[in-house]
Amino acid sequence: MNTVTTPFDGEISQEYPDKQGHFGVYGGSFIAETLMDPVSELQEAYERYRLDNEFIAEFEWELKNFVGRPNPLYHARRWSEELGGAQIWLKREDLNHTGAHKINNTVGQALLARRMGKKRIIAETGAGQHGVATATVCARWGMECIVYMGEQDIVRQAPNVYRMKLLGATVVPVTSGSKTLKDALNEAMRDWVGNVDDTFYIIGTAAGPHPYPTMVRDFNSVIGKEIKEQSLEHIGHLPDAIIACVGGGSNAIGAFYPFLDDKQVKLIGVEAGGDGLETGRHAAPLSAGKPGVLHGNRTYLMEDEAGQIIETHSVSAGLDYPGVGPEHAWLKDIGRVQYEVATDSEALAATHKLCRIEGIIPALESAHAIAHAVKIAPTLGKDKNIVVNLSGRGDKDINTLADIEGITL
Amino acid sequence: MTQASAVVERTGRIAARFSANANRKLLVPYITAGDPDLDTTLALMHTLVKAGADIIELGVPFSDPMADGPVIQAACERALENNVTLTQVMDMVKQFRDSDQDTAVVLMGYLNPVERLGYKRFAQLASESGVDGVLTVDMPPEEAAELTDELNARQLDSIFLLSPTTPDARLRQVCEKASGYIYYVSLKGVTGAANLNTDEVAAKVAHIQSFASLPVAVGFGIRDAESAAAVSATADAVVVGSVLVSLVGEHGADPDILHQKMFDTVNTMRLAMDAQAGVAA
Repeated sequence: MNTVTTPFDGEISQEYPDKQGHFGVYGGSFIAETLMDPVSELQEAYERYRLDNEFIAEFEWELKNFVGRPNPLYHARRWSEELGGAQIWLKREDLNHTGAHKINNTVGQALLARRMGKKRIIAETGAGQHGVATATVCARWGMECIVYMGEQDIVRQAPNVYRMKLLGATVVPVTSGSKTLKDALNEAMRDWVGNVDDTFYIIGTAAGPHPYPTMVRDFNSVIGKEIKEQSLEHIGHLPDAIIACVGGGSNAIGAFYPFLDDKQVKLIGVEAGGDGLETGRHAAPLSAGKPGVLHGNRTYLMEDEAGQIIETHSVSAGLDYPGVGPEHAWLKDIGRVQYEVATDSEALAATHKLCRIEGIIPALESAHAIAHAVKIAPTLGKDKNIVVNLSGRGDKDINTLADIEGITL
Repeated sequence: MTQASAVVERTGRIAARFSANANRKLLVPYITAGDPDLDTTLALMHTLVKAGADIIELGVPFSDPMADGPVIQAACERALENNVTLTQVMDMVKQFRDSDQDTAVVLMGYLNPVERLGYKRFAQLASESGVDGVLTVDMPPEEAAELTDELNARQLDSIFLLSPTTPDARLRQVCEKASGYIYYVSLKGVTGAANLNTDEVAAKVAHIQSFASLPVAVGFGIRDAESAAAVSATADAVVVGSVLVSLVGEHGADPDILHQKMFDTVNTMRLAMDAQAGVAA
C-alpha cells in the first residue's frame, strides 16, 4: 500500500487516485487536445507545490489571516434538544471570509496560479459563492478575473453578481444550453482553450480533469482536519456521523477525506432531491444517475438514454449540476460514503428551522445536509454526535426565500 | 485495459481516398448530423460529394459541446430539439451507403453518447452502417485504449487531434496510436474561431509529417477557397466546418438555396485546392 504524506492531511493510506487521476473507473482526463498540455503543466506544478514547505506555509497563513480559520465547531444545543436525539454540531464554514467553504480552494489555486506565472484567472459559478471567492482572491493578488455564470443563475443570485463586480471581476452571462452551472463550465473550458498561454482556470468543485478533483479536495480538506481536532477537543472522540451536501461535492469531500480511514465515522452525502426523485426533476446523479463522461472526468451523470446531459432542478443554484466529483462516484461504489437526497421543501423547512432555533441563516445548499440531520437525529441516542457541514451562509438566498413566500424585497 | 495497437494497415475508404492520387489534396467538409433534421443531412451529404468532398465528417450532436464555438453549439441545439441520437445518425449513414460506396464517412463527437451505447456495440453498429472512422473530441489517446481496440477489431480508424500546444513527445505517441489520418487543429481555440496564420500552419504540418506515417488533415479556421488552397499546399487534407454549418443555420428552411450555397462554397474550395496542386478537377 502506497502511503503518502501530504501537507493537507497527515498520513493517508490510500492508493488513489492513480497517476492519471483515476478513482477506480472514475476521474481521468477527458479533454480536447489543446487542453492536454496546460493540464499536464498544472499537474506538474501541483505535484511540486503540494509538497513545498514554503507553499504550504503561505497557504496556511492565508487560511488563518485572510479566511479567518479555524472556524468553530458549534454545538447546536437548542436544536438537538428539540429533535430529541443525537447531538448536532455545526461546522461553521459559513463564518469564513466570503461566507462559504469555497474560499479555501480559491486561495490554494490562486497561490498556485501565481507560482505558475498566470495573470488571467477564469472561473465558473452556479450560486455565485465560488465566483465571489475567486473574485476575492484575484483582488487580493491583483489578477484579472473573468467569471462565467448561467443567465438563469444571474437572476436568482443577484446579490452575488454585484459582489463579484464590486471586487473587480467581469461576470459573463452564459446563454447556451440550460443557462446554469454546467453551461458556465462549458463556456469557461472554451475560454481556456482559446487562452491557454496566460490563463489559469480555477475550477470551484471537485470535478473536471485531473488534477482538479484531487487539488480541490486537498485544499478543502482543512474542513475535515479541523472537525477532527475540534471533535476531540469538544466531544472527546470522533463524531458518529458527518453529513454534507453534495452538488459537485467540494465541501463534502473536504469534510470526509480526513475520515476515510476512520471506519467508525459514518459519512453521509446529501444530494438535491428537487421535487422528489420520482418526478425526475432533481439534481441527484449519485442517487438516480448513471456513469458517463462530462467536463473532463468519468463520473455519475444525469443523462437520457442517448447519452445527452439532461437539465437538473434544485431550489439551490449551487447543487444544480448534472455531474458530481469522481471521488464521490468511487466512494459510493465502494460503499464508504452513503448518499441520500433531500427535496427542495425539506431543505426549505430546515432553513427556516435553523434561522428560528439557532439564529443562523444557512445557504440553501447546506440546508440539504441539515434536512438529513433532521431525519436521522431523532433515531439516535442523546449520546451520539453528528457533525453537519454548514458549508455556507444564506444571505445570498434571501431573494429566493422571499420569493417562495410571495414577498418582494 | 489493453494497449491500443500501433498503426494498422487499412484497406478501407479513408486509405483508398488518400492513395488514389498523390497530387490531389483531400477535401473534408463537416456538418452536424440531424441539423435541422436527418433527411436534410442525408441530402446534403450527396451535395457535398458532388461538390468535391472526399471524406465527410458528421458531427454527432451533444448537449455539452465544450470544444465547439457558437455556430456548432447552435447546430447541436437544433438537432437535439428533434432528439437526434447517435444510433439514428448511424442509420442515416447506412442509407447514404445505399447510393455511395466511395466517400469516406467519419463520425466526430463527444464521448458520452458512445459510453452510453457501449464501446463494443458502438463499434459494431458503426461498422455495419458503413462508417469509416471515429473522432472523439474529449477522448485523448491516453484514455482511449479500450475504445480503439474495439474500433480496430472492426477495421474502423481512430482519428486523433493534435494542436499547436501538443509537445513533441506527445506528438509521437499520438501518431503511434492514430489510424486513418491525423487531424491538426490549426489554432488555439474552439471551432469557428478566426485568425488562421497559414505560414505557421505550414511549418507545423511539415513538422508533424516528419513524425507521422499517416496523412495530416488541417482544420479549424478555414473559411474560404483562399485559406483552403493555402493550407492544402502543405496539408494532405483540409477540413472545413463552421462556415458550412452556418449555411445550414441560415438556410435550413429553404432546401434549394441551402444546397446551392453548400455546393458553391465547397466546390469553390475544391477548385482552388486543385488549381493550387495543378491537377485537373
